[in-house]
Amino acid sequence: MIQYIIRRLMYSIPLLLGVNILTFFLFFVVNTPDDMARMQLGQKHVTEQAVSKWKIDHGYDLPLFINSGKDSFKTITETIFYQKSIKLFVFQFGISDSGRNIGADIKQRMWPSLAVALPALLIGLSVNILAALLMVLFRQSYLEFWGLVACVVIMSISALFYIIGGQFLFSKLLKLVPISGFGSGVDALKFLILPVVISVVSGLGSGGRWYRALFIEEVEKDYVVTARAKGLSETQVLFRHVLGNAMIPILTGVVVVLPLLFMGSLIMESFFSIPGLGSYTIDAINRQDFAIVRSMVFLGSVLYILGLLLTDICYTLVDPRVKLL
Amino acid sequence: MFSVSCKRWLLLIHCLLLSSCNDAMLNNPYPAKEDKQSILYSSFSERPKHLDPAVSYSSNEYAIIGQIYEPLLQYHYLKRPYQLVPLTAAKMPEITYLIEDQSGVLIKTHLEPEKVRFTDYMIEIKPGIRFQPHPALAKGKDYIYHNLQVEDVIDISTITDFEHSGTREVVAEDYVHQIKRLVHPKIHSPIAELMKEYIVGLEEFSKMAEIQDPVAFRGLNISGVEVIDKFHFRIRIYGKYPQFIFWLSMPFFSPMPWEADVFYGQDGLADKNISLDWFPIGSGAYMLSENNPNRQMVLSKNPYFHLERYPNSGEPGDFESGLLADAGKSLPFIDKVIYVLEKETIPYWNKFLQGYYDASGVASDSFDQAIQFMGDGKAALTPALQKKEIRLQTAVTTSISYLGFNMIDGVVGGRSDKARKLRQAISIIIDYEEYIAIFMNGRGVPAQGLLPPGIFGYESGVQGLNPYVYDWHDGYHRKSMDTAKRLLSEAGFKGGVDPSTQEALVLYLDTAASGPDDRARLNWYRKQFSKIGLQLVIRATDYNRFQQKIRSGNAQLFLWGWNADYPDPENFLFLLYGPHSKIKTGGENAANYQNAVYDRLFEEMRNLANGPVRLEKIHQLQEIIRYDAPWVLGFYPKSYSLIHKWYQNLKPNLMANNKLKYTRIDSDYRARQRQLWNKPLWWPMVLLIGVGAILLWPALVIYRRRKKAVINAR
Repeated sequence: MIQYIIRRLMYSIPLLLGVNILTFFLFFVVNTPDDMARMQLGQKHVTEQAVSKWKIDHGYDLPLFINSGKDSFKTITETIFYQKSIKLFVFQFGISDSGRNIGADIKQRMWPSLAVALPALLIGLSVNILAALLMVLFRQSYLEFWGLVACVVIMSISALFYIIGGQFLFSKLLKLVPISGFGSGVDALKFLILPVVISVVSGLGSGGRWYRALFIEEVEKDYVVTARAKGLSETQVLFRHVLGNAMIPILTGVVVVLPLLFMGSLIMESFFSIPGLGSYTIDAINRQDFAIVRSMVFLGSVLYILGLLLTDICYTLVDPRVKLL
Repeated sequence: MFSVSCKRWLLLIHCLLLSSCNDAMLNNPYPAKEDKQSILYSSFSERPKHLDPAVSYSSNEYAIIGQIYEPLLQYHYLKRPYQLVPLTAAKMPEITYLIEDQSGVLIKTHLEPEKVRFTDYMIEIKPGIRFQPHPALAKGKDYIYHNLQVEDVIDISTITDFEHSGTREVVAEDYVHQIKRLVHPKIHSPIAELMKEYIVGLEEFSKMAEIQDPVAFRGLNISGVEVIDKFHFRIRIYGKYPQFIFWLSMPFFSPMPWEADVFYGQDGLADKNISLDWFPIGSGAYMLSENNPNRQMVLSKNPYFHLERYPNSGEPGDFESGLLADAGKSLPFIDKVIYVLEKETIPYWNKFLQGYYDASGVASDSFDQAIQFMGDGKAALTPALQKKEIRLQTAVTTSISYLGFNMIDGVVGGRSDKARKLRQAISIIIDYEEYIAIFMNGRGVPAQGLLPPGIFGYESGVQGLNPYVYDWHDGYHRKSMDTAKRLLSEAGFKGGVDPSTQEALVLYLDTAASGPDDRARLNWYRKQFSKIGLQLVIRATDYNRFQQKIRSGNAQLFLWGWNADYPDPENFLFLLYGPHSKIKTGGENAANYQNAVYDRLFEEMRNLANGPVRLEKIHQLQEIIRYDAPWVLGFYPKSYSLIHKWYQNLKPNLMANNKLKYTRIDSDYRARQRQLWNKPLWWPMVLLIGVGAILLWPALVIYRRRKKAVINAR
């Protein structure tokens, strides 16, 4: 398995390089270093000299990919791409174009993102599984029918509606929780209740249906018939045997998103003023802060690759038949 | 069994109902201990980019650093028209004009401006002003934190983690140090190039500074900026530039201790985001005690703030409206200001209505909830807001939105009669009254000239009329469509038809407004042009490309605006000054308008003091612009502010950045109102749980039935 992990990590290097080139290319197709300088320097009284100085100071005075004015390796190394990308591979994100340390900002902002995303994932998972098991328990009854209808209704409504509706109902009308904001330590709890509840409810439709499909497939299998024949009650069959055997797809679906929880949710964080990473990239794109954009895209890619690797490892843990070679 | 369970449920419901009678505000986003403190709650939607006074130049940054840094001058809080008064200066600068005599010696003069070689600003600062407590100024035998090693800052994550702090008196050298900082290449001040044109010796100094660390340039001197003694210094500028005095009221000219650059220049601090850009060091009424731009920023009272009193006089009506109730009292009144990150308008608006923000603007999605128009067309608050005793303040901003013609364009540009008539026709057909009503909820005033209200030279009524677009019959009335058609015909485009193609004349409008919300506005523009048979093609693009087109002169028509730096007509009229042409010099004349008469009049006007002579020149300048129509004069936007009753001493002042120190919060009243408005409502939750329980009943029935069926089967 060690060999497999090393091999997968080696594969990730060209992948990350590719992502980096693509990000770099897309960003500079839309923005030139001159545009970036003007964005940072403001709208008024900006002269060509000021733009030129800014570019020199921030290392954007070099060619993008190839420096034909230099010899040998320097044609590659004396370029914006090389200078700005190479340190990413050792996770040195550097200073943003507006002068803040990106690594420090990421460290600070990932915790609020996680504070919402992790409970939302765990509670959401439990609720989805419970709802799906109940639908299976009451299969072929009108309860299952209306459960499915409710799932479709929940799925069909935009996430934004849940957020605005939730804020209107629980914060404005009932005045039970703050509309938005964030606190440190225990104070954060009152701010997290509503976003977590909304995440759970809005995800219930798709989650419930997905897990129901998994469980329905399982309940038709022979071991379930055997368990019933042994005289186990339906709840015992579902919660002990069916749930246990359906864990592989559940686990793989969950593990792959675990690393990405750090990245937060754009809409949720914006509406609830949660100071997480959700809006960090979008804000950076709006501000044309390339240093942040490339760092966040790189980090997102690394976390996704990590998620996939963890999923593979989890397969071996939950199913002894799977071997990673 | 059932009765025990039922009792438990009843107990739970009882508890919930009891707690609903509790006064605790569950939706309070702030700690309960802050309820009765004198704290102002405000917000920011985007974190400020810079807090270094040499770099900051946008309104959201000024909202914070305006309270922290103190330039030499400030705008009187209450008096109108806007009036500069000393802040840290002991008195207004003494201005001396110098000319060279025949032997090249500089002598004082009061001659014509064109002969003035230099102008000296002799400045005296008040003694006893002290910087806020800051580790950069902490001293034992020597400065405690001026020789930090990387390992010393390992456990430091913010400026307050330094154990010691110190202060010292503000001296003339601190102002001179800040002027030096404006041109340091690593600092990127937006006004560096502008100031090099005016301040004597700054250009030469900037070349020396290029090879010096910002810390080391303390030893270098600017030939035109001289420290006379501890409390006096002199700035010498080239020629005569009366508007320079306005720059002295901006944070660019605040005192900056050299110790700040030494402290922040040390290794390891920038990696922790501890820099002058994020942790200011000023002498103002407030200091930034918490700076987490990812969540909240907190201003606290500066314990070393010098004595400053609330103004004793204002303009007529201020006394009656209670704005002089605190006259003569020492400032500031509010202990703390908390700016919370709030990205969306809906939560902000709801929190304002709940009393958790003290003031609010009026976003378009909440406009109908807040504002209603009365029979006389005046805006008033809706009954719901009146019931909450919220006040509405409106003010016409010192800015202008316009549609510009590129004057070097072959069709709409140039000063020929035909092109001018085409531009005048277009000026008539774009109905900005309708635009303001549809897209701005009435928050704007159609422009009759370049100068908005509040700027010297603005005139209302028939005196301020633009006679080429409007007629006066007991008010402004846009000229008829027939007039526009006649002008178009005289321009050679009868019925809007281009004789060279025999088809509708096609014009191109460049704009950076490309979002889905802008589509309706752009369609509206298209419709205006079609009124006289012209075809408008919208070229919406991103702001970068738009700017590039303007810089290279590739736009034909464009939408743009200007917000005043200072309340002087020069700051608007220079937007059409020939030598400031965008394409030639990269200046602010985006229309690339050239008119020798206008340029000469502008040069004469800008050096004059406000008075009848200057007013006459302004009349002439405005007349030229109305006639030549290089812009379709759009509108002056109007700002609407909603203020809770407990937030007092608030008067619209569009020039001052340091308004917070004058304002007051009645925190006891606010606490009572919040309590009244935010009692939690529990019964719907109880009802919801009850309905849920009832819905569970059929599930239980089905489950039991199935279980019984299985047992029977066995």
